[in-house]
Amino acid sequence: MGFQVSQNGEVTLVEVEGQLIVGNRQELKQQVLEQLESGDRKFVIDFANTGYIDSSGLGVLVSLSKKIREQGGELRLSTLNEDLRTLFELTKLDTLFRIADTKEQALSGF
Amino acid sequence: MGKDLILELPTDVSTIQHAVEYVMRCCPTCPEDGRRLNLNFRVGLTEALSNAMLYGNAHDPSKRVLVEVALEQGTVRARVTDQGTGFDPTSVPDPTTSENIAKPHGRGLFLMRKLLDEVSYNDQGNQVTLVLRLQSGGALHGGVQA
Repeated sequence: MGFQVSQNGEVTLVEVEGQLIVGNRQELKQQVLEQLESGDRKFVIDFANTGYIDSSGLGVLVSLSKKIREQGGELRLSTLNEDLRTLFELTKLDTLFRIADTKEQALSGF
Repeated sequence: MGKDLILELPTDVSTIQHAVEYVMRCCPTCPEDGRRLNLNFRVGLTEALSNAMLYGNAHDPSKRVLVEVALEQGTVRARVTDQGTGFDPTSVPDPTTSENIAKPHGRGLFLMRKLLDEVSYNDQGNQVTLVLRLQSGGALHGGVQA
């Protein structure tokens, strides 16, 4: 499990490897907030290699979205598989986030 | 409840994934039940364990979480018991309302209720029973007491 952070022009791309759960959500939060504090404002979190997100993981995404918006930025999500999309739909978080089918779509949409 | 599988976990969230994987390996793998087991039961059990450790046992490493899983008449039943003082499950608000959707907490119990056929608590509120009805009526594999 881990997070790969890279820059695509003005957009910070974070790729979540494995799971986003109670045990590693703080690490994601810390990495994104560090980028935010350094001046980044556009973020894509990609879940192409993510098997599972628990409610704590959903919560940290909500928290990050709010903090990024407060700084005038935007967070987008991409590449949710069918199971992850189900979790977002059940919790209605698909109405809170801009979710792209692929990271390329998310990156190019800024 | 018959007990085909019993686990006792420390209050350590890093153990949740392994425990859930172990339980999932013991569950029947018939195609018609595959997604409900892999998503619904997995999510429900993970959330129940997380709640037991974070809220029930309040991160106290001296406290344990007991997990009992059984297959009875075509249903998978999991009971998760913590050593906390309990809580009122009716006090947890709906996280999907406009008032709550932007809050970072409150989705664990909601997901359990959405994905499982039954979610019930004992009177004290420190024990939750999760039920998922299977189409195939298969049996648990293994059943090692840990």
